[in-house]
Amino acid sequence: MAILKMQRISIYALSRYSKDVLETLQRMGVIEIEKCNIEDSVFYQTDSTPLSTSFLRSASVMVQAQEIITEYAKEKKGLLSSLEGRTPLTVDEYEEIAQKNPEALRLAYKIISYKKKITENKAKIIAYNTRIDALTPWQNLDVVMDTGSTASSKFILGSFPEELCEEEIRLKVAEVSPETELFDVEVISKDSNQTCVFVVCYKGVYDELLSALRKIGLILPSATTPSNPDSEIKSLKSRIAKREELISECEKAIASHLNDLPLLRFFEDYYVMKAERYSQLDNISYSPHTFVMTGYIPKKDSEKVSKVLFERYGAEVELEDAEGEDVPVLLKNNAFAAPAEGVLLSYSAPSRFELDPTAIMAVFYYVFFGMMFSDAGYGLVMSLACGFALLKFKNMEAGLKRSIKMFFYCGISTTFWGLMFGSFFGDAVSVIFNTFIGQPAPVIPGITTPIWFNPTVGSGPTTLLMFSFLFGIIHLFAGLTLQAVNYIRQGNFIYAIYDDLSWILVVTGAVFALLSTDMLSGMMGGFKLSPVFLTIGGIMAGIGAVLILIFSGRESKNPLKRLLKGAYNLYGATSYLSDILSYSRLLALGLATGVVAGVFNQLGSMLGNSVVGVILFVIVFIIGHLLNIGINALGAYVHTNRLQFVEFFGKFYTGGGRDFKPYAVNTKHYNIKEDI
Amino acid sequence: MELGLFLALLGAALATFMAGIGSSIGVGKAGVAAAGVLAEEPSLFSKVLILMLLPATQGIYGLLVAFLILQGVGIIGGGAGEISNLEGLLYLAASLPIAASGLFSAIHQGKCSVAGIHTVAKKPDTMGKSLIIPAMVETYAILALLISILAINGIGALGI
Repeated sequence: MAILKMQRISIYALSRYSKDVLETLQRMGVIEIEKCNIEDSVFYQTDSTPLSTSFLRSASVMVQAQEIITEYAKEKKGLLSSLEGRTPLTVDEYEEIAQKNPEALRLAYKIISYKKKITENKAKIIAYNTRIDALTPWQNLDVVMDTGSTASSKFILGSFPEELCEEEIRLKVAEVSPETELFDVEVISKDSNQTCVFVVCYKGVYDELLSALRKIGLILPSATTPSNPDSEIKSLKSRIAKREELISECEKAIASHLNDLPLLRFFEDYYVMKAERYSQLDNISYSPHTFVMTGYIPKKDSEKVSKVLFERYGAEVELEDAEGEDVPVLLKNNAFAAPAEGVLLSYSAPSRFELDPTAIMAVFYYVFFGMMFSDAGYGLVMSLACGFALLKFKNMEAGLKRSIKMFFYCGISTTFWGLMFGSFFGDAVSVIFNTFIGQPAPVIPGITTPIWFNPTVGSGPTTLLMFSFLFGIIHLFAGLTLQAVNYIRQGNFIYAIYDDLSWILVVTGAVFALLSTDMLSGMMGGFKLSPVFLTIGGIMAGIGAVLILIFSGRESKNPLKRLLKGAYNLYGATSYLSDILSYSRLLALGLATGVVAGVFNQLGSMLGNSVVGVILFVIVFIIGHLLNIGINALGAYVHTNRLQFVEFFGKFYTGGGRDFKPYAVNTKHYNIKEDI
Repeated sequence: MELGLFLALLGAALATFMAGIGSSIGVGKAGVAAAGVLAEEPSLFSKVLILMLLPATQGIYGLLVAFLILQGVGIIGGGAGEISNLEGLLYLAASLPIAASGLFSAIHQGKCSVAGIHTVAKKPDTMGKSLIIPAMVETYAILALLISILAINGIGALGI
């Protein structure tokens, strides 16, 4: 439970080591490099954008090659492969594979060129097919298509956009030009929307005939060939077959590189890392022989890093404790609380001047999640699934691992509350015994009977409601206490009394007073504090209210304004009321899980004790409970977050810190880590 | 003629279908937005799915209340006794909070979900915050659910 101490680090070394230093730092991943703004007559800065862009281009070549391979070859992937994370590599392994750089580039370009060939050939095939389509109507023509003329005859090829026979064409020509007679028409092919004809005529009537034919709708053919159409089509088809063979060869060649995918992935990462390294070069100041680099480093790592840098590169490292607003924030928590860091960071990183509330929040987080989900069966399912994933996939990404660990703990808490309330897949055990075994279920504490009480029957809901409010008040007080601690840490002890103790007094006093009246005793099952608590509560609330009235407006110099501000803040008591009532969701969502689970159990057992009945029960049980787990886990997650973000953080948390983002290996497939 | 059973059943029906209508509209709106985002960014599927499902809970709350009523009057679980007109009316009244609040809160929560989906599409790391905004609206459905549950629970204890 802490925000780690940060140090400012300045590294001085010889220029020729700058890239090696950057590479080492990248693998260590513990320094956030800051732009070094020394620029004068000695120091200058470089612009390596062109270089890093060219590396990014190489990386994208690798990506392209991978995409092409996976397009033509199926890669086997497990259902849960997204959990697997990056493959770890030691530095030696990394260096060894990095030797294959030229080979990988050649391979990538080869694969891309195969793809290009495929595209080109496909375009050609399309062109051939178009030509075949245009020539097919002329397939029956038994002479070459651009048959010229003989000594006394000429030829016309063309088509009409309708179905015509030879006589009809002759008739039509006679209508338009009665004198033209010396010609012969042969229909080559016809269908409902075109008729292709071959016309032979006496040279002398050629012009008249052509114009007459045009008038009746003759269109000259769009595609001609110097050879016989039939043989042309045949040769086109054989060319298509050849191209197709080429394509399938290329496809096979591409698919045969399936096993090279890891190599391509490696070099994608390789170039991405290189690009990142070069872009960091811009943050360094150079003199002719040396360079300076500055950044932030967690104090715990600084010793080791300086040692490594000195031993390997003779670098001089300067460290000083970092203070101030702009210093990035890195959290450190124990294994139990650390998984909840993600929740905190998704709200905001703590500012440098406050306590890291993760540890306290984590306890409430697990408890509240468990109360809302509250089913031993569901909790077990969740914990087992998360535990399995954690054991199976060791290399899981840190963020994902954190969330899964968090849900593992939430699952344990859910199981605990499920046993407390006697819910195991709802009332599944009782239903199974009553329906299929025909006798009442044996008493198994936690599974068939609640260890604490059943919140769904009798006075259960009201009891749980009261406890929800109690937990809520504890949660809110924890928030106020954290604010008090922050005040005290900053030396403002008195503020802790004004702003935090005052509210704790008001709320506790009000609760005491309420509990000693008749109003709530009905809901509390007759529980009532002795009347003396009414007085005690009244006094406590009174002292608290006076403190708020007088001191909460202390920033205003004008006494009247100060009192008015105090009064306004006192009116904030209503917000405490709504905050506490908001915790009723612990009850509502808890009941929702249990009752809906019960609905599914009842639905499943509707057909009674028969073969069909058992089958129905199994199906409804699996589908129904999975659905219920999904929707209620989502509800529990969202509303647990809400209780933390709105009710809890609202009491004390400033946030607004800058998350520590170290310069590190930021890759997709491989994780190269140098332990320090 | 005793109307009691009918009135209680009417209450159960109201709770189910009004909250159900609300959730359908809410999830429907969010679903349209989610599908749009997925066309551009398929990797955001799990995130937009969560946001999209937020308004689905009202329908479940309605179902829950309906179930409690059916159980209370003995339609489910057997032992359906005489339900007086007064008791029926009480059940009907108890169903109203979740029926009305479920209808409206789900619709408005759906709108917040749509906005959240748009936010996540532009900045996937704002997921935590985008989730909280629709959850604010749901508070009122939860309060209504609470009153409906407490009321139904109380009617049983009255022994009318």
